[in-house]
Amino acid sequence: MTHSVLLVALAVLVVIAFWVGKSRALSLAGGSSRNLHSLPGYYGLLTALWCAIPALIVMSVWSLGQDAILTHLVTTSMPTTLQLAQGSSHDLLLNEIRNVVAGNVPAELARPEVVTAAREYSRLRGIADLSLAALVLVVALFGLFVVRARLAPTLRARNAVERIVELLLLACSTIAVFVTLGIVLSVVYESLRFFHAVPVHEFLFGLDWSPQTAIRADQVGSSGAFGAVPLFLGTLMISGIAMLVAVPVGLFSAIYLAEYADRRLRSVIKPVLEVLAGIPTVVYGFFAALTVGPLLRGIGESVGLDVSSESALSAGLVMGIMIIPFISSLADDMISAVPQSLRDGAYALGATRSETIRQVVLLAALPGIVGGVLLAISRAIGETMIVVMAAGLSAKMTANPLEAVTTVTVQIVTLLTGDQEFDSPKTLAAFALGLVLFVVTLVLNVIALKVVRKYREQYE
Amino acid sequence: MSKTVAQTRALVEKSLRRRRLAELRFQAYGIAAVSIGVLFVILLFGSIIAKGAPAFRQAYVTLDVFIDPEVLYPDGTVDTELLATADYVALVRGSLKQRFMDVEGRAATRQLVELVSGSAVQDLQALVQADPKRVGTHQMLTFLADDKVDQYLKGNITRSTPEVDRSLSDQQLDWVDALKASKALELRFNKVFFTHGDSREPEQAGVWGAVVGSLYTLGVTLLLSFPVAVATAIYLEEFARRNRWTDLIEVNINNLAAVPSIVYGLLGLAMFLNFFGMPRSAPLVGGLVLALLTLPTIIIASRAALKGVPPSIREAAIGMGASPIQTVLHHVLPLAMPGMLTGTIIGMARALGETAPLLMIGMVAFIVDVPGSLSSPATVLPVQVFLWADSPERAFVERTSGAILVLLAFLVLMNATAVILRNRFERRW
Amino acid sequence: MTDIANSTVPPVPPECKTTGVVTVPQPLITARGVNVFYGDKRALKDVSIDIANNQVLAMIGPSGCGKSTFLRCFNRMNDTIDGARVTGSLQLEGQDIYEKRQDVVQLRARIGMVFQKPNPFPKSIYDNVAYGPRIHGLAADRIELDEIVQTSLKRAGLWEEVKDRLAAPGTSLSGGQQQRLCIARTIAVNPEVILMDEPCSALDPIATARIEDLIDELRASYAIIIVTHSMQQAARVSQRTAYFHLGDLIEVGETDRIFTNPRHKLTEDYITGRFG
Repeated sequence: MTHSVLLVALAVLVVIAFWVGKSRALSLAGGSSRNLHSLPGYYGLLTALWCAIPALIVMSVWSLGQDAILTHLVTTSMPTTLQLAQGSSHDLLLNEIRNVVAGNVPAELARPEVVTAAREYSRLRGIADLSLAALVLVVALFGLFVVRARLAPTLRARNAVERIVELLLLACSTIAVFVTLGIVLSVVYESLRFFHAVPVHEFLFGLDWSPQTAIRADQVGSSGAFGAVPLFLGTLMISGIAMLVAVPVGLFSAIYLAEYADRRLRSVIKPVLEVLAGIPTVVYGFFAALTVGPLLRGIGESVGLDVSSESALSAGLVMGIMIIPFISSLADDMISAVPQSLRDGAYALGATRSETIRQVVLLAALPGIVGGVLLAISRAIGETMIVVMAAGLSAKMTANPLEAVTTVTVQIVTLLTGDQEFDSPKTLAAFALGLVLFVVTLVLNVIALKVVRKYREQYE
Repeated sequence: MSKTVAQTRALVEKSLRRRRLAELRFQAYGIAAVSIGVLFVILLFGSIIAKGAPAFRQAYVTLDVFIDPEVLYPDGTVDTELLATADYVALVRGSLKQRFMDVEGRAATRQLVELVSGSAVQDLQALVQADPKRVGTHQMLTFLADDKVDQYLKGNITRSTPEVDRSLSDQQLDWVDALKASKALELRFNKVFFTHGDSREPEQAGVWGAVVGSLYTLGVTLLLSFPVAVATAIYLEEFARRNRWTDLIEVNINNLAAVPSIVYGLLGLAMFLNFFGMPRSAPLVGGLVLALLTLPTIIIASRAALKGVPPSIREAAIGMGASPIQTVLHHVLPLAMPGMLTGTIIGMARALGETAPLLMIGMVAFIVDVPGSLSSPATVLPVQVFLWADSPERAFVERTSGAILVLLAFLVLMNATAVILRNRFERRW
Repeated sequence: MTDIANSTVPPVPPECKTTGVVTVPQPLITARGVNVFYGDKRALKDVSIDIANNQVLAMIGPSGCGKSTFLRCFNRMNDTIDGARVTGSLQLEGQDIYEKRQDVVQLRARIGMVFQKPNPFPKSIYDNVAYGPRIHGLAADRIELDEIVQTSLKRAGLWEEVKDRLAAPGTSLSGGQQQRLCIARTIAVNPEVILMDEPCSALDPIATARIEDLIDELRASYAIIIVTHSMQQAARVSQRTAYFHLGDLIEVGETDRIFTNPRHKLTEDYITGRFG
């Protein structure tokens, strides 16, 4: 870990820079900090920041680019016979080289060309690491001495430091934008590669999903194998079942707790229901697969119904349980946001409690609740572990909730776990599915947030 | 034309019965909904605790083992080098045959040895190699029993099942009963579960590797997301002027909070693994992905905490001549810190339970070793749950539930800390 | 309305220290020794008063004097507040309002209420007015409902302004119009008593004048009890005035008399503006 050694060295240098800056400022001011514009510590900080930040920037840029450049150098230096390999076999070769370098594969077992390449790679990396260390330290020292030379009692060190801090804060806040950008770029880029092999309309409207056979029969991109409609239907069915469970239960519990239950009951039941929100989804998946699945199967058998052990019903049911607290806490917020004066108006007319709630409170809270339900749907669509563990893999077009179905997220997981080459349409298909998922949930969220915000403004 | 008061009164009276019933019905729906919710909680926890509690106990068998020099040094020369390759299975076999003298034949002997876990051989080897002077002595040693024996003791395998349908034969059950009767076989606290990594053999599988993996991953997540989130919150709440750019950042954060977690996994796979060439299955990458995932949550909580600090504090500080940065660092931030920490802990709890994105970046590999660094292959608790849930052995079901209980214990601890923090330091202005 | 009420009018309890005459001939509502507690706090102390039909009673007094609390006793709106407790006797035509068997729904159909801030439901103008008749089953069919809505809006003086946009949301009206909509909503149920809790405090002077005219017209058909902060308003719209002070009913009397010749020192201080 040469990087950590380098970081420690840099840290030591930064501390030195602080003391250099501080004492230099004090000595310039004749030992009395009253002659300085800012407190002496600010001069030290300014020196330290100029020492650290440029060096860190150089280091991170270098580290991100190093691997790509080294690989390129190694490839060009390799015998042409190996260079000819293109596409996935090229990646395989690189993997082989990396494995030898990392010591995962003993050198005796590897091909001699690969061993040569690996040696070359190791040599280049040694050079690169050394030059990086040298460069970083030079940049850091340069920063230190430039600032030290410019220190003067009239220098507004505090303002300069604060300017830098503000810029750092700004830089941090842009990370959120870069995350979105990163998601969009990576998903869109890989999806475009996928759509080279499989036309968009076939993917979106095709009725047959069987990525496995597509590869085995060597019929990459041939018609029908990547038709995602069964996945969309499966996702819709499970989310639908989940909403059928979660919306009534969540909504009615919120109503009961907000409007009927006394304070003691409310203070007990509310946290109990909220516990459901904190449970990891993998736990729900386990519960669905090992408790609810067999339970439904047993019930089905006793009434003569054929329930498969992995069924849309068990996954949807458990997903619904997971979403209950989400709906109920949102609905609770919305219901409590309805002004008391509206309730009073209805009561004063002689409305019963339920009439007031149904016809006035819920009506007033409706936009907010609709927004909440939209958010919940987007959650159900994107939920992964429950369906992976309890819904199954069979991409059937069925309307029977007792059968196993598969969903978009299940397929993403199945296509991307396990060892496979990255460039096959099979893995790229996962990114296309991811793109669909991202777009659909994004649209739902944007609408939902708009609706909720509008509702909030109405009563503020 | 218009009704008289008496007519109105009669009509209202007439409607009352129907409306009282409707009222009762509505209230019943509410009670039913709340009961269903509570019932689900009870069912969920009940089933997991019932399934998981036995995982904390494990069958151990105590045997009198003669560390036979003839087996360890077959040609009679005492050479400690030979101890590395010696046939320790024979020692275990010999000890068991000593116990059950009447066992004859290869098949029966193999069945007998099956009762003891494979780890007995390694344990024995480690013991002898640690002190070669033990060769030639008798030792009372305690080994892990096989997972099937364990399941029999816990009542998950019963004699009433026909012999062909169960994994232990009648003969084996007799031996187990005999061992149990002589107190040589008993259930004890399952130390292996808390100290070992994963294994294909249920009795040797533990959660420690996953716990350490989770700690590494969460450590990376915390180090990355907390400073960035706090900085973002401070910038947006205290410095940013409202313009297009800050609006864009705000909208972004709100939307990121609702992006499905699996999409972050895709980002990690495409960006960190394939583009930047970071190692697969590493806590470093897992932590990075989870940091991005928790960032919006912590930012939103931190902003709420900053909003909760009354403007009068800022005015007072600025009035004293403090610069904006000093105002924030000296006055606003300390007051908002409890709220920020609470939000961070809740975000971390969410990250601890997150599974899907980690599947994408290869943290599902079967890893026996406890991870030693941020870049060594590792798995995390929820992924371990996922992996074990897929295993067919009966004994893994209880281990899965046991792992879930460990996971839930961590979550309870974190949430309790958050609640205490909030109650202790939260100020109402 | 019925004459049996007269025979069962309870006597004014001896602890009543109110100046002036609290009883009226043929009262619609009789309150005797009414106390209201919020938790341990006694917000209203032994209030006794009669309410007459076809008359406006104004309840005045400084903030926190208990007048709104007392108003909310008549239709049991205090029920919706946690920890509120009412003791004493309140009778509507001889029937105890706080009796266990009393259905609040029925009670509130007979005693309507208009609030301080206009609170139209988030529904259309039509549905706002039709809401009461609908829940109480007052209209046999759509035609009758239309008629009730129209009559009520006309009596509230709002018909001409909204007849072309009955489907518009009630919240789209101006403040004064909203308050008249709420009055229309109340009279659509055909109540016997209308309670008004500072109905004009959120309105401008022009809208206030319209509501005051309306109250005067409505007096012909209903008993009206109005809580108001404004003594001028009390003087303009009411026939009888009750002055409350710190939970006590200090003085009751003809409005003209109270404002020209108050008998109690506190009443005099208040109406001459020495405090309040």
